[in-house]
Order: sequence, then structure tokens, then C-alpha cells
Amino acid sequence: MPDHLNALQLILSGDPTLVAIVRLSLGVSLAAVLLAAAIGMPLGALLALTRFPGRSVLVVLLNAMMGLPPVVVGLALYLLLSRSGPLGEFGILFTPTAMVVAQTVLILPIIAALTRQTIEDLWTEYRDELSAMNVGAVGRMTTLLWDARFSLLTALLAGFGRAAAEVGAVMIVGGNIDGFTRTMTTTVALETSKGNLPLAMGLGAILIVIVLAINAAAWGTRAWSQRLTG
Amino acid sequence: MTSRRSFVALAILLGIVSSGTPSSAQERSIVVASTTSTQDSGLFGYLLPIFKAKSGIDVKVIAQGTGQALDTARRGDADVVFVHAKPQEEKFVAEGFGVKRFDVMYNDFVLVGPKSDPAGVKGKDIATALKTIESKGAPFVSRGDRSGTHAAELALWIVAGIDIGSAKGAWYREIGQGMGAALNTASAMNAYVLADRGTWISFKNRGDLDIVVEGDRRLFNQYGVMLVNPERHPSVKKEAGQVFVDWLVSAEGQAAIASYKIEGQQLFFPNAEKKGS
Repeated sequence: MPDHLNALQLILSGDPTLVAIVRLSLGVSLAAVLLAAAIGMPLGALLALTRFPGRSVLVVLLNAMMGLPPVVVGLALYLLLSRSGPLGEFGILFTPTAMVVAQTVLILPIIAALTRQTIEDLWTEYRDELSAMNVGAVGRMTTLLWDARFSLLTALLAGFGRAAAEVGAVMIVGGNIDGFTRTMTTTVALETSKGNLPLAMGLGAILIVIVLAINAAAWGTRAWSQRLTG
Repeated sequence: MTSRRSFVALAILLGIVSSGTPSSAQERSIVVASTTSTQDSGLFGYLLPIFKAKSGIDVKVIAQGTGQALDTARRGDADVVFVHAKPQEEKFVAEGFGVKRFDVMYNDFVLVGPKSDPAGVKGKDIATALKTIESKGAPFVSRGDRSGTHAAELALWIVAGIDIGSAKGAWYREIGQGMGAALNTASAMNAYVLADRGTWISFKNRGDLDIVVEGDRRLFNQYGVMLVNPERHPSVKKEAGQVFVDWLVSAEGQAAIASYKIEGQQLFFPNAEKKGS
């Protein structure tokens, strides 16, 4: 990152280093959101629709895990993925893959817990109808997930927000390697430590604008498809 | 979200993530555990493109304090260590984690403090300066992170005849962070801090800080490099790692280090000897 330029100049000139950093940040966060959604949504729906002993404990646990400290998750994954750790042979420590894993672990509870609540609320509304139609367990889950899709979008955005804003875990498992695992947030941390406060602040502003743009796009898509489906 | 479409989307995304990163099959790369001073001073940003052009090897730098960098290497998570705390480095090699240690370059530490110099230590030798700061209880920021600079600071307190373990009070602030963060903290609270000259020269948020003590031979700061022992960790890329080590101590690498300047000031002075230890 050239020190003599300010953040606005970097954006306007399409600085390749900055573009790569933004692309990595978005790619890692989106991949983590999709992975977490693919696991967390069915999991949340399942938890909403089933009754078993210890279920409330599990719900409380899942809700609490929304507050997992990123640094702790990062450290635990570091120990697992390190060459001296149990998963060391895969050699994914200090790679973008490790960052996707860390963020998935962080946002999976958010998506699963919010899905659980949404589906459970919807279920009280749909129960009689679906029971009368004699719909099976899998059918219920998919029907409810589909009908709740607009509410679930908020769960996805909450997960994305957490992933994009996070710095502790990606710093530890990614290593903040220039041109390889350096994200928006770790760049802000680095520039701050170099005493380059205006550049750090500018990069922070860019990050906020990007997150805002993605939320606006999601909102627009939702409004548009709601109108289509009436 | 469980449809096939979402898996296709996921595959595309993962593709985006990995496309920005050269695959190890086509391109050689090594991981170097190094210090915050070499990164924050901009040395690596200058050296690595030169090395890459010469060797085709991508060097991925993890910037940590010296103690943590050596631990990262002990776990086998780095191929090369490039740090600055000779006793710790020699221990690392003696324990069999490193193959051989080479001197690479040096610069020096400087004592930085408020321009108004409330403790009145300007121009004194480092031992007297530290003794004065302690006796007056002037604010002092310590790295407190087992880094090379932290180790040097602790050694200097001993030189000053002060047992910092029992002498430390509210005036002595251990922040447990990198060099840049320590300078930011000192700048914010107008405190004294020991810094390596490279980071100081490149540091941009000086506020009211300036150098108060320099040029004492006890402020010497030696950097060393070593390959992590492939016998301990078979995953170490010994060939590419050795190429990097050899280049750093070669005439060409040494000249590259000497040519790194900020505003006309040279930050590091090459002093490699051929033999290593």
C-alpha cells in the first residue's frame, strides 16, 4: 500500500493492491456466509421443528455462541491447523481457506440461531395448515425455509456483517500476509500500527461503504422479488 | 439454500478467493516468521519484490514479535525466521529447531520521548537516562510482548541497575503490542519508549515525540536469519527457504538492504559474515 496516497486517491486510481484486498475480504466473507448458511439454515430449522430432551439447553447454547470471541476462535483454529496440531498435515494455516473456516465457525451460530427463531415463529402460524395437509418433516422444513426467505435474508446479512468486520480471528489464522491473506480489517490494523492514521481511517470508511452497499443491494433485491411474488 | 445452485455459487466464490492467490504447484512460496519492526519499517515491502524478480519465490511474511515468531517456527508453521534477539535465536538453534543462524544486518535502538523532555534525560547515556526516568516516575511505555525490542529493553534496565520487576509502577506501562502500537501509545500519553530506529524513521504519527537518547553502543540491534530445521518439521520448504537465506547474506542481498532509505536515511546496515553460527 503506497504510503504517500490517501484512501480516496487509492480508490479513485483503482490501486491494484487495494482492489485485491477488497476482493479477498469480500470473497472470504461471502464464502463463509454461504458455507454457514448451507449448514446453519437446515440446522436452525431442524431445531425449530423438533422436540427432544435437552432441546432448550441446545437453544440457549446456540444463542450464546453468537457471542463467540473471534480471538478465541482464531486461537483454537490456530492450534488445530498448525503443523504441530491435529489438522496440520493439510497445511492450510496462513491461507485464505483457514480464514473462511474461522469466519464460518463465527457466523454459523448467528445464522442457525436466527433461523431457529424465525422458523419457530412461522411454525406457530403454519402448524394447523401443514398438519392438515399431512406434510412430512422434510417438506415442512423446506416449506417454512422458503416462506421465511425474506426474513432469513436478515440472518445472512447479520452473518456477513460479522464476517466482514472481524479482525481478531483472520489475523491469527491468516497471518496478515501482504498480497495473500491481508483483508480490509487487518490492513486497517496494520496501517494504524504504522502510525498512518489518515490512511487507516480512510480504509475503514471504504469498508463501511462496501458493507452499506451490500446491505442496500440485498434490500433492493428483497423489495424487487417481493413485488414479483406479490 | 440447499439447492444445487447454491453449491455452484459456493464453488464460484471459492474460485474467486483462490484465484487471487498463486497456487503452490506453479509458484514457489515460503513463509517467513519475522518481526513487526521489519514490516512496519517497510523493509520487506522494498526487499521482497527484488528477491521475487531474482528467484521467482514468493515470500509470505508473518510479522510478529521475535518471541512469537520463534514459537511459530517451533510449531513448524514457518520455513524461515528473521528476527532480532540473538540469545533467543541461539537457543532456538541449540534446541535443534533452526539449522544455522546468520547475521544479516543491524540498526540501533533509540530512546524516544516528549520534546519537552520532562525527565531531563536528553543526551545522557542510556543507563543514566533509564535510571532518571525510573527515579522521577516519568511515563514509560514497554512493549511487554516478548519481542526483540522488549528483550533489549529488559536487558537495558539491568544495565541501568534497576530491577524492573519490582520497580515498575503506574509510570511503567506494558501494552503487549507491536512497535507501531507502542509508539502510538507513547505519542498519545507523552511517554518515553524504546524503539528500533527503522520503525521510528518510518513512523508517521509522532505527535510531540522525538529522539532523546541515541548513539550509545549498548543500543546496538542485530538481526539474524535462520532456516527452520527440516528434520524437526518435514513440511519445511528447505530448498526455497535456503535460497532466501543465502540471498539475504549474499553481496546482492546486502546491497539491497543498504539501499533501502526513507527521506534519505538508511534504515538498516548490512553486516553478514559468511560463516554463520
